[in-house]
Amino acid sequence: MAETDNIVAETAEKIFANLADAQTINSDKNGKWKAPLWKALTEAGLPLAWVAEECGGSGASLAEGFSVLSAAGRFAVAVPLAETMLAGWLLGQAKIASPDGPMTVAPANPKDRIALNADGSLSGRLRGIPFAKDAKHIAVLAQGANGLSIALVDAATCRIEAALNLAGDASDTVTLNQVQPVAIEPAPKPFNQAQLMLMGGVARSLQIAGSLESMLEVSVRYSNERVAFEKKISKFQAVQHNLARLAGESAAALAAATSAADAIANCKSFDDEVFLEAASAKIRCSEAAEKGSAIAHQVHGAIGFTIEHILHRYTLRALAWRDDFGSESYWAVELGKLVAARGADELWPLVASR
Amino acid sequence: MTAALRFDPIRLPPECEKLRKEVRAFLAEEIGAGTFDPHKPNREDADAREFSRRVGQRGWLGMTWPKKYGGHERSFLERYVVTEEMRVANAPTRRFFVADRQSGPVLLKYAPEHIKMDILPRICRGEVCFAIGMSEPNSGSDLFAAKTKATKTEGGWLINGTKIWTSSAHIADYMIAIFRTSPSTKENRRHGLTQFLVDMKTPGIKVNPIGQITGQFEFNEVVFTDAFMPDDHVLGEIDGAWKQATSELAYERSGPERFLETYYVLTELVRAVGPKPDTRSAEGIGRLVAQLHTMRRMSVSVAGMLQAGKEPVVEASIVKDIGTVWEQQLPHRVRDLAAFVDPDASNHETLEKQLSFAIKTAPKLTIQGGTTEVLRGIIARGLGLR
Repeated sequence: MAETDNIVAETAEKIFANLADAQTINSDKNGKWKAPLWKALTEAGLPLAWVAEECGGSGASLAEGFSVLSAAGRFAVAVPLAETMLAGWLLGQAKIASPDGPMTVAPANPKDRIALNADGSLSGRLRGIPFAKDAKHIAVLAQGANGLSIALVDAATCRIEAALNLAGDASDTVTLNQVQPVAIEPAPKPFNQAQLMLMGGVARSLQIAGSLESMLEVSVRYSNERVAFEKKISKFQAVQHNLARLAGESAAALAAATSAADAIANCKSFDDEVFLEAASAKIRCSEAAEKGSAIAHQVHGAIGFTIEHILHRYTLRALAWRDDFGSESYWAVELGKLVAARGADELWPLVASR
Repeated sequence: MTAALRFDPIRLPPECEKLRKEVRAFLAEEIGAGTFDPHKPNREDADAREFSRRVGQRGWLGMTWPKKYGGHERSFLERYVVTEEMRVANAPTRRFFVADRQSGPVLLKYAPEHIKMDILPRICRGEVCFAIGMSEPNSGSDLFAAKTKATKTEGGWLINGTKIWTSSAHIADYMIAIFRTSPSTKENRRHGLTQFLVDMKTPGIKVNPIGQITGQFEFNEVVFTDAFMPDDHVLGEIDGAWKQATSELAYERSGPERFLETYYVLTELVRAVGPKPDTRSAEGIGRLVAQLHTMRRMSVSVAGMLQAGKEPVVEASIVKDIGTVWEQQLPHRVRDLAAFVDPDASNHETLEKQLSFAIKTAPKLTIQGGTTEVLRGIIARGLGLR
């Protein structure tokens, strides 16, 4: 498993290794693993890693939190850790304290909107909200007549229609019908919905990159065990070259995601350079998810297509995560528009800006 | 367990940005003076002699080498900036690029002192051009099948045989080549090759140009007939070139030249599309830019690891594998998108010409300097598969 850079990530890695072993999770039909894992994560202060201590969190840096998400991706855990972290981060933008318990964040799609009504209530229909039915609270970004607000909403006051993503994790439709928020504050300027989408997109990029690392590891291991035509399949050049390509996709995803995380962790504002980093990460990681998961399945053959095998835990999640906070085609259009508006001779200076 | 790949998010330090401005100003001046046209990649670089010297005068050759040999003791990251700016501007670098990237470092490591003192300062001044003599008619990717023979004689060696696909041999002052000094052994088929410094003016060397599908004559056949190499032109261990040639390749694999070779078509597409692209063009450009950005981050990361004294051999091979595949596909993806561009756009003709050249260039990109197949073999070894 990859080295981690800090004590926060090491803690996360240890908890996942102890309580989120892929084989154990995969054999547990009743989801009994979830409660002890969430308890351990909460005791370690990880769900509220990005919440300042005075707002009830553990006050970890953005960089530390990002490396927790990489670890979460490597274990492909299906608990609302990334979502609670993002919710705490969003609430923190408006200095709203985070409550205990699992949270999620809305909108999770660039085209969805939540309206702040004149009476202070919130309305809107939001698709693909990860883990909404498991969340006690939802952190929302709402649009009012006087600009953007950030609000904390009790999930019980919303209508939640359960739905599942490709990997079978909750990805629900949430309807707010004149819901009174628990707390609401104006969003600081120049915060906007694109920033929330990019932050969510970078979180998903790190998770995808982490899952690709595991796909590579699991696939290499399998190829060194499986014998066909009287030799290990890892000795066949066709298999070696497929795995080399998987390593390339894994490497590209890792580089794009960690660079974008580093850019956000160290930026003063969400300028064009940060936009390039974050949008590129979501685009390239999503492309890597498609190519990489196809190779991982090809190397495994039929066994990797079974529900008993752990491979789908990584491949289906990587593919599902592409859809959250703007798909790769959405961000490609946005990035393409930015590049075109800046003009041909400003493309290289943008790419070579750091 | 698989060793984890590392791509740390390396940022270029502030001194690089100052240097970048200097390089851009210099290149703009050269373009203004008519030294080269950045929109025309399909030209011969043979006459860029004076440009080469001016780059040397700026201190941009041998940047990382000791001052004693004319170098400038700057970082790999600073060299990286100069390389990428030259490449993006389509500057005529062929005269000095091989010497600066590859041959100089080999000499630094293996040449006797008096040769270092003689040749390295001249490389730094942009006065000498190098070629690399690896491939032979029956030995390409299979480097260790080389047959061109070096036979011991009084005070040196006599070379007989043929090197092929040797880029720039027709304009080169020197070549660094591998020749067979002993047969390979049963235990080690890579044994028996020795690296030599070849002065291209040596009698008995004949360079025959070979036409390429692009219409250019960049590579050559080089025939050796009793060409005499003095003893002090042996580089490193006799019969032990395999140890040297393989470590050399790690530095060669991950630079910006491994994904920017056809970059110009992307710039020209953005120009042709204009400030308000339709959805298809925007998505196409967005994906290509995201891929380019990712490649560059990977490549800068490897440069940073090299600067830190690490040996990211697998990471470097991955950069070259996906970088060259990307730059090979780029002109075809740009062509897809250009089909919808207004044919009356002011730069349409330039774009068409560039595309035609880039599409013809593309096949070589995954062959030169280590084929995709060889790279994937190296990556597979790094993954513990071989």
